[in-house]
Amino acid sequence: MSAAADAHHDDHHGSGYGWKRWLYTTNHKDIGTLYLWFAFVMFIIGGIMALIIRAELWTPGMQITDPQFFNSMTTMHALVMIFGVVMPGFVGLANWMVPMMVGGPDMAMPRMNNWSFWILPFGFGILLSTLFMEGGAPAAGWTIYPPLSLQGGDHVPFMIFAIHILGVSSVMGAINIIATILNLRAPGMTLMKMPLFVWTWLITAYLLIAVMPVLAGAVTMLLTDRFFDTSFFSAAGGGDPVMFQHIFWFFGHPEVYILILPAFGIVSSIIPTFARKHLFGYSSMVYATASIAFLSFIVWAHHMFTVGMPLAGELFFMFSTMLIAVPTGVKVFNWVATLWKGSMTFETPMLFALGFIIMFTIGGFSGLMLAITPVDFQYHDTYFVVAHFHYVLVPGAIYSIIAAVYFWIPKWTGHMYDETLGKWHFWLSTIFVNVLFFPMHFVGLAGMPRRIPDYALQFVDFNQIATIGAFGFGFSQLIFLYLVVKCIKGGEKATDRVWEGAHGLEWTLSSPPPYHSFSTPPEVKAEHHI
Amino acid sequence: MAGSMQQAHSKVARKLLLLTVCMFGFGFAMVPIYDVFCDLTGLNGKTGRVSEAQSARMGVDENRLITVEFVSTINGGAGPWEFAPAQAKMQVTPGELYTTHYRARNLSAAERVGRAVPSVAPAVASRYFQKTQCFCFEKQDFAAHEAREMPLTFVIDPRIPPGVDTVTLSYTFFNAEPA
Repeated sequence: MSAAADAHHDDHHGSGYGWKRWLYTTNHKDIGTLYLWFAFVMFIIGGIMALIIRAELWTPGMQITDPQFFNSMTTMHALVMIFGVVMPGFVGLANWMVPMMVGGPDMAMPRMNNWSFWILPFGFGILLSTLFMEGGAPAAGWTIYPPLSLQGGDHVPFMIFAIHILGVSSVMGAINIIATILNLRAPGMTLMKMPLFVWTWLITAYLLIAVMPVLAGAVTMLLTDRFFDTSFFSAAGGGDPVMFQHIFWFFGHPEVYILILPAFGIVSSIIPTFARKHLFGYSSMVYATASIAFLSFIVWAHHMFTVGMPLAGELFFMFSTMLIAVPTGVKVFNWVATLWKGSMTFETPMLFALGFIIMFTIGGFSGLMLAITPVDFQYHDTYFVVAHFHYVLVPGAIYSIIAAVYFWIPKWTGHMYDETLGKWHFWLSTIFVNVLFFPMHFVGLAGMPRRIPDYALQFVDFNQIATIGAFGFGFSQLIFLYLVVKCIKGGEKATDRVWEGAHGLEWTLSSPPPYHSFSTPPEVKAEHHI
Repeated sequence: MAGSMQQAHSKVARKLLLLTVCMFGFGFAMVPIYDVFCDLTGLNGKTGRVSEAQSARMGVDENRLITVEFVSTINGGAGPWEFAPAQAKMQVTPGELYTTHYRARNLSAAERVGRAVPSVAPAVASRYFQKTQCFCFEKQDFAAHEAREMPLTFVIDPRIPPGVDTVTLSYTFFNAEPA
């Protein structure tokens, strides 16, 4: 059970060779690597789906898809990107970094860690297999609102069981991360000395445990409505389809913070390193993260302003939503204050972190616009919403994961990555991601609805710009793949500290670190590690 | 040392698993919570049900006259039915009992089961629209081509907020057979 069990082997890796090494591994670094590669493969699959969507939207009318398949693409793109890329990406980073950052030997429950990862490919195998079924893949949107989502073909039970499996995986991962953080911190590493990445993951893990079971409950109700004659959401039996939306978004809104809080932690590690200053307002960052997590539970109905809520409800959800801008503003302020008068250098991780701050804030502002109930009636289900959440998820969550990989890959592999290629990757990605998503604000405000394969003639220009951006952004990611493979294979030797301004326990280990991080707990000095 | 660490891990894991199970239960608990919330607030157009004795105790407000409109919808997937109110509208005095009916007919040559689900607009009026007898939510068996009158007895609570002078009762008729 414990990491000590396979210590008899050797220092490089655990039991088994070849593929068995990866199948049987209980090592946090191996599992972190598996998660990250899994996320990358899913990123390619979800990205191909996005490119199919953008290719179809090159001109009005139907070109390469039929409407059913187009809707499958929007649905599957979202499910793959959310559950297959961003969440496993963050869990992979947590696996690699949390034990090293808190000064522990490994994750608290290594065997469960192996399970959390290895059920994921099966979950996605089930989900992706629906693409080849009669009647096609799920096409009612990732929000799976009934009654539409129950009217699909054979895919319905497969999608539901896939969501169950992904949920079990996330909850097991979350339990493991919480146990690691609470029990395996080195002596002297008090909670308020933990790096912010650890803090944000602790809070994210609690969010996961609080809401993934609610989603599991909601999809279970869908299953019984479809196959066992219950009427949770069927109006014919006295049920209420709007209730599904309430339950779904009670999960869904904390979920969107699950997709961004670890990003805040990553950026809070990178910015001080390259500004060569301590993070400004450490404790306010912790409290702001906790406040955002709390508020996420009382704002869900802002996703459903148009269902016909009473005025009091609309006002409550509008104001509680706007309140989230306060702790988020505190975070952005702290990052900017950290940069202020810092001795900044602009290596690739810093570029991605700065890109994150600027573009995530753009997404935050469009979120504030959507929070205003009366105008949301115009924006609802238009491309403006698509622009908003892609700004917070692509140059937000995805950029933070990329930044984290650049930041820690010299530690993981022992080699420096190719800085020139990294800069190419950043600038191409950043130009194309804006070409891709910025015009969506305009077509959205002009009234183009989302999730529809055809559109009116006046939207052609902006859609073509977006499609060019999509292909540019997609192919720019191949630079990243090449760069990572090249870095794993070799390159300039990385020092233990890697970055001049780096602080924290992970930088006291060798690059690459030993197979078991801290066999004897390190001593944590009085000054805090950020 | 290793043993006590294992214990600490299982303690955390047990607590968090309990939380997981509770939150799974909470998802289902939201269903009755939602219903109670809608009943208390009258949201969602949910109407009330009272006994005749209760309705007799309400008292009558002779000074107000409220128009009650009756509408019907046949659900898109319900197939060949006829379903319509006998009267399109009535003038009623709050506190008095009224009876009207809807007519339903099975237009197919097979036995079928239907079910009607009510809703009241405006939402503020729904709490004050009380029925003593109603065919709503109940499964209605129809023989082939059978036609039937379905009675509805209701009273408008005299405490209905001033300013509401029209109340619309809408029934949607569904096929109640399992799909």
